[in-house]
Amino acid sequence: MPHAATLEIRGLSKQYQVKGETLPVLDNVSLSIKPGEFVSIVGASGCGKSTLLRLVIGLEDDYQGDILLDGHRIVGTSLERGIVFQEHRLFPWLTVEQNVGLGLLNADLGEARKRDAVREHIALVGLEGFERAYPYQLSGGMSQRVAIARALVNRPEVLLLDEPFGALDALTRAYLQQELQRIWAQEGITMILVTHDVEEAVYLGDRVVVMQPRPGRIKRIVDVPLPRPRDRGDYAFAAIKEDVLSEFSDHPRDELIAEPRERNAVEWQFSW
Amino acid sequence: MTSRQQTAGRWPHWLHPAAVPKPLRGWVIPVLLLTLWWATFRFGWTSSQLFVPLSKVIDTGVRMAGSGELAHALGASLYRMVLGFVIGTAVGLAVGTALGVSRLLENLIGPTFHTLKQVSLFAWIPLISLWFGLGDLAKIAFLSLAAFFPVVLNTFEGIRSVPRAHLEVARVFAFNPWQVFARVVWPAALPSIFTGVYLALIYAWLATLGAEYLLTSGSGIGNLLVDGREHFWMDQVLLGVLVVGAVGFVLNWSASQLERRLLAWRGHSTAQF
Ligand SMILES: Nc1ncnc2c1ncn2[C@@H]1O[C@H](COP(=O)(O)OP(=O)(O)OP(=O)(O)O)[C@@H](O)[C@H]1O
Ligand SMILES: [Mg+2]
Repeated sequence: MPHAATLEIRGLSKQYQVKGETLPVLDNVSLSIKPGEFVSIVGASGCGKSTLLRLVIGLEDDYQGDILLDGHRIVGTSLERGIVFQEHRLFPWLTVEQNVGLGLLNADLGEARKRDAVREHIALVGLEGFERAYPYQLSGGMSQRVAIARALVNRPEVLLLDEPFGALDALTRAYLQQELQRIWAQEGITMILVTHDVEEAVYLGDRVVVMQPRPGRIKRIVDVPLPRPRDRGDYAFAAIKEDVLSEFSDHPRDELIAEPRERNAVEWQFSW
Repeated sequence: MTSRQQTAGRWPHWLHPAAVPKPLRGWVIPVLLLTLWWATFRFGWTSSQLFVPLSKVIDTGVRMAGSGELAHALGASLYRMVLGFVIGTAVGLAVGTALGVSRLLENLIGPTFHTLKQVSLFAWIPLISLWFGLGDLAKIAFLSLAAFFPVVLNTFEGIRSVPRAHLEVARVFAFNPWQVFARVVWPAALPSIFTGVYLALIYAWLATLGAEYLLTSGSGIGNLLVDGREHFWMDQVLLGVLVVGAVGFVLNWSASQLERRLLAWRGHSTAQF
């Protein structure tokens, strides 16, 4: 059982430079997450949820404030922190099992243990029979499940999930929510889940962080003091869900702002 | 579906394109042309000296194959081509990778390279013949150059356009630099590199003929063509054209087989045929 870590975010701010202008994306975000806690984050599109996860995973080092793991500032990425990106980001040249195996490439395990772990996790996300399939042969939801298996397979102390169930049908989604909760309870992993689905946020989270955009801030943190397993039909559950939803009502959803993508467009041609 | 049924209605059943099994459809036009060629002489539609019957070309082919002339010429051409292709591709891969991986090298070599690639390949021939003479060495140097440019460009381009999303995954799983190169950069660049090598193969073959045309010494398929033209041996010229086409076809086919194995993960193919 990996020992889960305390994650302390203090006064975190982040800007992006877009065409010479400074775009504030996160403004003074503070959040303290206990070891083994499950925190859900909801908020309008573009309010900086993915950016927050990118900072915590260690993919960006240009920010103000502190991100501390067990009191130590995070430096770069680490196998102790895993992430399921918003897009599946599978390697198209690898099969399903090879993609999941990437999660264990640098893990301290023997080959046999690695193979078993990969097989177990493919089964966990219900993709037995697709071990040898390439990503182009998978549906969006299946690809996302492979990405989930890839992130879980090396059992990080902290797992960040960016809308992992967005592309799934209701049944698969409910099943994977339960499985995720089971692994969370069993392994004591600290989990941060970004979702657009308020019910999912309340169902899984110890707390639900509601963010608001421009710049991205924490608007409110709603506790979910319900015992697990939770009942979605329960009155208390519905009340908390209503409470979270009410935070959205005065703010119409911001349209998605297109992300600028830089490309080095050199003229590549040669003469014969 | 409806449009196909409509066309099917207008065509007599046996003439409809769909009447030919799919793998054979590529042969329809060659077979028609050959039939037309044969018929031209069979029914005496022409008496021009500049055109010879198919049967004469076949006779010449059999004669030259029997005397070993054809094999000798083809062997000489292919030998130079393979050598030039391998040298050009190997150096191209190394240079393209170096340019792709290192900003410093790109800044250092890039501008020179981009200037040089603007020079038409055939403009190198006078220079090459001055430096290397008119023999095999000069031809191989020219061929290597022909193969070199597309490989460098496509390798560089492939390596530079590795998606950042994939590189981030590699960082999340703490890949070391070698793992990043071998497991992300190289496979992601492979389709582009393949395109470069594929072009190099075609260019090397075209340049083989070009070199034999312009550096006329020694033997080769190109020399066969030149000889045939000078002596008005139309059968030899046409035979040469057929052999050149056949070699091109085989090269193309091998490339697409290789691609099918190497790049199966893409689920589609770029090589022609
Ligand atoms: N690399 C970047 N360069 C410039 N701006 C960026 C970059 N990445 C994100 N942004 C901007 O930062 C803001 C927040 O983006 P982010 O992806 O974190 O939003 P989000 O809350 O995850 O949205 P969604 O729910 O749609 O996924 C957006 O306005 C976006 O345009
Ligand atoms: Mg996002």
